[in-house]
Parts: sequence; structure tokens; C-alpha cells
Amino acid sequence: MTAAPALPTDSLGNTITVAESDDVLVVEAADGSRWELVCGLEVHAELATETKMFSGAPNHFGDDPNTNIDPVTLGLPGTLPVVNQQAVELAARFGCAIGATVQRSVFSRKNYFYPDMPKNFQISQYDQPIVVDGRLELPSGHVVGIERAHLEEDTGKSTHVGGAGRIKGAEYSLVDYNRAGVPLLEIVSRPHVRSAEQARQYVAELRSILVACAISDGKMEEGSMRVDANISVRREGSGELRTRCEIKNVNSLRSLVRAIEYEARRQADLHAAGQKVTQETRHWDENDGRTHTMRSKEEADDYRYFPEPDLVPVDLGAERVAEIAAALPLLPAARRHRLAGLTGEPVTAEAVVVTVERGQDDQALAAIEAGADAGRVLVHVVQNLAVDGGADLAPERLAELVKLETSGDLTATQAKQVLAELVADPSTTAAEVAKAKGFEAMDTGALESIVDGVINANPAEWEQFCAGDDKARKKLSGFFTGQIMKASKGQADGRAVAQLLAQRSAS
Amino acid sequence: MTAVDIARGVRAGSASATSIADAHLARIDEREPDVHAFNLVTPDVARAAAAEVDRKVAAGEDPGPLAGVPIAIKDNLCTDGIATTCSSKILEGWVPPYDATVVQRLVAAGAVPVGKTNLDEFAMGSSTENSAFGPTRNPVDLSRVPGGSSGGSAAAVAAGFAPLSLGSDTGGSIRQPAAFCGVVGVKPTYGLVSRYGLIAFASSLDQVGPFAATVADAALLLEVIAGHDPADATSIPQPAPAISEHLDDGVAGLRVGVISELMGEGIDPVIAAQVRAAADALAAAGATVTEVSVPAVTFGLSAYYLIAPAEASSNLARFDGVRYGLRVDAPTTNEMMVATRTQGFGPEVKRRIMLGTYALSAGYYDAFYGQAQKVRTLIARDFAAAYEEVDVLLSPTTPTTAFALGAIEDPLTMYLNDTCTIPTNLAGDAAMSVPFGADAAGLPVGVQILAPALGEVPMFRAAAVVEAAAPARPTGKDLR
Repeated sequence: MTAAPALPTDSLGNTITVAESDDVLVVEAADGSRWELVCGLEVHAELATETKMFSGAPNHFGDDPNTNIDPVTLGLPGTLPVVNQQAVELAARFGCAIGATVQRSVFSRKNYFYPDMPKNFQISQYDQPIVVDGRLELPSGHVVGIERAHLEEDTGKSTHVGGAGRIKGAEYSLVDYNRAGVPLLEIVSRPHVRSAEQARQYVAELRSILVACAISDGKMEEGSMRVDANISVRREGSGELRTRCEIKNVNSLRSLVRAIEYEARRQADLHAAGQKVTQETRHWDENDGRTHTMRSKEEADDYRYFPEPDLVPVDLGAERVAEIAAALPLLPAARRHRLAGLTGEPVTAEAVVVTVERGQDDQALAAIEAGADAGRVLVHVVQNLAVDGGADLAPERLAELVKLETSGDLTATQAKQVLAELVADPSTTAAEVAKAKGFEAMDTGALESIVDGVINANPAEWEQFCAGDDKARKKLSGFFTGQIMKASKGQADGRAVAQLLAQRSAS
Repeated sequence: MTAVDIARGVRAGSASATSIADAHLARIDEREPDVHAFNLVTPDVARAAAAEVDRKVAAGEDPGPLAGVPIAIKDNLCTDGIATTCSSKILEGWVPPYDATVVQRLVAAGAVPVGKTNLDEFAMGSSTENSAFGPTRNPVDLSRVPGGSSGGSAAAVAAGFAPLSLGSDTGGSIRQPAAFCGVVGVKPTYGLVSRYGLIAFASSLDQVGPFAATVADAALLLEVIAGHDPADATSIPQPAPAISEHLDDGVAGLRVGVISELMGEGIDPVIAAQVRAAADALAAAGATVTEVSVPAVTFGLSAYYLIAPAEASSNLARFDGVRYGLRVDAPTTNEMMVATRTQGFGPEVKRRIMLGTYALSAGYYDAFYGQAQKVRTLIARDFAAAYEEVDVLLSPTTPTTAFALGAIEDPLTMYLNDTCTIPTNLAGDAAMSVPFGADAAGLPVGVQILAPALGEVPMFRAAAVVEAAAPARPTGKDLR
């Protein structure tokens, strides 16, 4: 009797499960077979601490090479690491933000030789990470599980001089240890990412959380947030797990989407052709839009992990973790739910997602609470306040504008123009701007004479309008409204115009 | 003159630190060529430190508890601006930009550093023959080894080069050479003395400690170097214990246990007899002496030679020619690292790096490193059980007295030297070696007194009684 094959497990020994989703990337291979994506993401976030993970050297980006260093950073003989308490607190804050367990954790050494790693081992967390089992709700509503997040130190940076700027063929290499020892939080998702768009949303959402909680500055372009994607594909609708590849060097959200789409297709074509996908690390090349083999797992790294004997386990204790959780700011998902609740929009509505993403939901909420119509507020925030200074517009000024609009004193077009003035000049009110621009509600008599003038000038169209079916009527309604707006120089109120047209055609 | 006497005289203004330094430097000039205790003698540093002490005394400032006391420092402790080599070619020429915490404390206490002492390369060895710069000889008998790895520090005190020295003890590297050279050597509780600036061999076992000619001098030095250091995460967060004031407390009522597992097979009967004599002396002074079993100590050596090399293989990875020390040029970075390490490390260091790398490898971790850690837990548990019954334990420090240079070529036979000392490091407890008589050849015998973690005070009280009862100290025939 043979034992049933063991189910694949993650780094914490849990069985790997793949989330169902109504948005799954399916690629069709050359032979017409269909393959669906299974993807997990590893995000490295540099923590926004004053000093490094294990020493008092400054943690600061962009300084002259080898200025933010000390004996510990350089791994000089005899030096010892001391855990940065601020980094531990930030990691715990992240754990609380994703509803994870924040636990007693142990540092381990990951041993391998590399010139930009001063000790030739990296202090990381291995089998007892500080954060386990969290979840992230994406704007689409899809939930991605987070297996773990652990603390570790960053490496230095090598510059290869001569040759093609790569290590092979270089004349010599220079190493900058400013980044060595910078605290990193490595955040490992479960394989719950099923499309490139979900991957994009996941990273964007993580970034929002990290920034909102002041855990990291989240700048992908400065490398303070780096993404690796673990990608495999399987036959559409099957429950299998196939060999995966790890894609590195993904430096923007756009590259992430492209890399996932490329790699899924590459693997699907290999499977369809009966060829083997090799478990390996692949490098995304932005220029040719492909992934290339970096190193094969078969010539495998054996990191010889063992508990770091120079450090003691880190345990914040339940009480401190509860304090950290209680002090969390309102997070993006909660902001979306709050805004959706107040506006009656679905939580996944684009207006809701965009408003929160831009950090303008507090502005919108305050305007709504000041009595402005929720729908109009969202329209203005999304469409008209995406400009410089738009986010700074005081909610009560926005509310006043929306009230003028809904009361019929301003048309939508006028409101947009007034809003631009309000943003440009903080000393004004909506009523003042409207008056200065001559946007006064047109009296009924003046509007009636314009409407009648337009009807008389277009007798053929008017006859069709009055006699036509719904479709023709709708079409011509647009024509007449346009003419009337033109004649009134945009000052006519759309609803009043529609009412008058209906009234005249019925009589 | 003892350290206690020197410090008292200098502090009182009745002795000059400068003249004391000069006298010791003269003694070094005379005898060092035969002994080779030092990798580097630092007369300028010593004279400047002595002058500063004299200035403070003259100015009425407190010159510190070690005022004017010459001290030798093991060459694996970092000294700001003074070459530190670990007796390895790979660090030849490297000058640290910082002081180890213990060195800072020595300087602040008014000690006068006379030099950096020889050791087995990276503290790996039991004879100081593994030094890249040649062996140290035992001042008691120049044909014999001083023990190791802190052989230079033990020899420096035994030869009268300094009344005090610092060593490090990972599996016996202070106590074994202390026994071989007839001096006092202390392995403090793990975490009592900062390791910041001690170039690591095996981080979970290493501990810095004193050598001295007398128990009182060792206590004085330990009080200066012990106490919490925020730069060492494994440092115990409490101040240094007050030991000296308890040295005359005696041992009335103290419960002493002789470790039965370390009194039989493999132990020179002459040494076992001296341990029993020391036990009798303690009993005569009012202690209760019993025989105690600590069964797991017999597994100490096996566990140690997995754990210590495993940690060493990782600790020594940083010596790669990239940032400091030796660099052997080669076409690629990888080849440069390989060439540097091949030329820079000696055979014993390479052996342990390979052992440790193997013990940590995927597929072997559980069988080797993991299993060794379980044994370590057992040893600690057995010691803890013994310390329920007694306050201190007694055993030989070494199975034999000092052997001749070149006599032991087989590494495993060499490792057996540390049978009695290793278990204490694995348990994280305290132990010290006190000279007690000699064998038929006149070679010193050391008695080991062991105590639970932070049991330094009762340990030193017992040591003071053993010291007082010890037969006449062997006189070095080569130094006579």
C-alpha cells in the first residue's frame, strides 16, 4: 500500500489552497487548450524607521555612498546586532492592519555568499515570523490571504563598472552599504491572485495600507517597495498545482501586469507542447517584455537557516499588540465601506474606489454631512477635483456649490466652472463666484422665449419631435436641448428645459 | 605584586603606574622571546595609559578600580587603533575602528593594556599551536603547551607579564589554559559579560572572562567587565555582581557536589586525587560535600562539536576579502573569496567550517544541529537538577596536565581536552579553574568549581577556600 501523496504546504505548514474568483486570467495555448493563472506575491517593503534593523546607522535613501554605515552595518568582526524596536512595532502595526496574528518571533540566519551582504548571511525570520495569517480585501471585493510577513535586513547595492554593467564581464564592482541593514518587511500572499488586475490591485492596496499606517513610504521607483511574483498555470477548471516560477525585477505596477500575462502564456505554451516548466527564478526584462532564467532551483541554494544566536526572541505581548491595533488609522477598505454606506453606492463602485484611492473620501464625507447631495459630491470629487489643489478644497465650500446646483441655481456646466474658481481662489464662496460670472438662474419668462424661439426656428424637427416615437423623440430632445443651451450661452437649467419641451409638445 | 595591591598602591599615590608599567614591560622584554605570549606588545599604549592614571591621581581624580594594573588582552577582542588578528592570516593587518565593550570598561577603570595575546586561530584549539603566528609556550615548562585557545593570556599571567589578562571561553578556552599554566581562570555566566567586540567563534557559547594569579584579582577584574551592555542583545540586564566583598565569607553551610561522571575514566588519577583533596579542604572549612551525578555531561563533547562549528561556519563567512583583512586577487569575485579563504584560514578553522556547514545542511539539520540542541537542553536540565541539591559543583578542569608541544596531532584526541569544561558552556552556567597542587612532573593541576547561572558569588567563595588550601604553587623550572 502506498501512502496518499502529501498535499503541498506553505512555509508555515498549512495546506495550499487557491482562491475562487470571478476574475481569472485564462490564456489559450497554441493548440487551443485553456490555462488559468495561479499567482502569489511576495512584497518587500522598506520600513520607515529612523535607524537600521540592527544598528543605530541612519536609514535614509539617496545619500552619498557609504555614509549611512557603522561597524555593525559593515559586519565588522566582533559587532553584534540589536533589534530595532521601532521596526518591530511597525511590523506589528502591519499585522494588525491586515487582521493577522502578531506572534512571538525568532530571527534566523540565512547563509549565502554575496559581496553586497556584509556578513555573508542575512538576518531574517524563518519558521517563526512576527505576522501570520492575514487578509487583504481588494477594491474589487476579492480577498487575498496573506500567509506571513517577517522582518529582515536589506542588502547593500553593487555597481558593476565596465563590460555591460552586469557582473559578468565587469572590470570591477563597487559596493554601497547605505542600504545594507535597512529594515524590510517581507509580505507573502497566499496563491489567491487569479488575474493580472488582481495583482495590480493587491500591490496598490498594500501600498495604500503601508503609507496610511506610516509603515513604509511605499515608493516602488526608489525600491522601497519591491514585488516578486510566484506564477503557475493549470488547466482551466482543474484543482491541480503545477510547477511555479518566481519572477523578479518587477519595478512598477505596469510591469507587474505585463510580466504576469507574459509568464502565464509562456508556461501555458510549454505545458500544451508537452514540455516541462522548470522551477526557477526568472528576471523580467522591461525592454523585450519577456522573462529570462536567472537561476535554476535545481542547482539549489541551501541557505542553512538556523536561529540567530546573537538575538533573543521578540515578543511584544498581547497587551502591546492590542494597543497598536487600537491606534491604527482608518484603512482603505474601511474607508470604501464607509463612503459606500453614506452614498448608497456599491463598495466596488469606481467613484468610491477612486475617491478613497486619492485620499479624498474625508473631503467628500464632510461635504455630504454638510447637507450636499452624495451623488453630485462624488461626481465633482472624481471628475473635477483631480486637479492640483482639488483635494484641499474645504468641504463646506464644496457643499455650498452642490446645494446651489441641486436647487437649480446653477447648471452642471456652471457648477464645474465655479468649482474651478473655488479651487484656484480659497477666499471665495460659490455664491460669490456664480454672481461674478453672471450665473444667475434664468427667470422662467426668459427661458420660455428662448425655447419658443428655437422651436419656431426648427419647424420640421419640432413636428417630428411631437409626432415621433420614443427613439426619435429622445434623439431630437438632445438636438433641441443643445440649441437652447447654445442660445442661452449655457445658462439654461437642463431640467427646466426638458420640462418646457414636454409641456409645449403636449399642448 | 597582585592586581589588588597595585591598584591600592596607585590609588593611594604610594606607587606610580608608570613605573609599574615599565617593570612589566621590562619583564616582557626579557622573557617574551621564549614564551611568545603576545601577537603584539603595546608599550606606547601602556605608557600613555599609565601616565593618564598618574595624572589623575596627581589631580585628585578617581583613576578607577584597576588603576595602573597592567593587563594583557586576547587578540580576538577588538581594540580601537590596535591590530586585532585572531591569530589568523585572514585578519593580518586589520585595525579595528572601535573598542570591544570590555576593553572600554578596562580603560575606563584605569587598566594599562600591555599587548594582544596569542591564541589558537579564531579560538579554535586547546594548545595555542593553531596560531598562524607560531605557538605560545607554557611558562612553567617551555617544552609544553600553555593550553588554549587563550594560551597567550594564561601564559602572560603565569610569566608575570601582567597580573591580569582577558580571555574568551567557548568550550574551556579560559579554564583549560589556566589549569595548564597554574593560574586562575573564570568562565562567567553566559550574558554576564558583554560579547560586543569579541570576534565570534560560537555566539551561543562564547564568553569573555578573566585570568589572574589570585582569586581576589580575578574577582576584581570580573567586577569591572561584567554588567549589562545594550550593544549585546544576549547581555543580562542587571549590573555587575559585587564579588570581592564576599571572598572572605567562607563556605560554612555551602553545599558542594563532586561530579561523579568526571572523576573516573579518562581522567588522570593524580588530578582526580587533587580534586578530592580540594573537596576535603572545603569540607574542613564547613561545606557539605557529596557526590552528585550529572548524567548528560558525557554527551557534551558530541553536542558541542556540532553546535560550535555550525555557528562558526556562519560567523566566519564574513571573512571574504571584500571589506577588510587579507585579499587574494583572482579574476572573479567568487574566485577571489575562495582564494582568500583558502590561503587565509588554517587547517583547524577549515575543518570546523566544513563540519558546521555540513551539520546545518538541508536534510542533515534535524539529525545533527537539531539533535545537538536537544542534547544541550538535556545537559542544562541535568545541571539544573544537580543545583537543586548543591550550591556549587566540583570537577577536574582538564583530564591531564599540560602536554608537550606537538604531542597531540589527532584532532579528536585534542578535543578530549575539553571534556570537563564544555558542559558548562552548553548550559550557559558559570565555572572557574583554581590551581591546586601539581602532578609528579611538577606541572600545575586545576580544580574546576562550577555554579548555576549568576552563581558567581558562591563560586568565588568556594574558590577562595580552595586557593587558601592549595599545596604550594609549582615553580616554573624554565622561569626560575
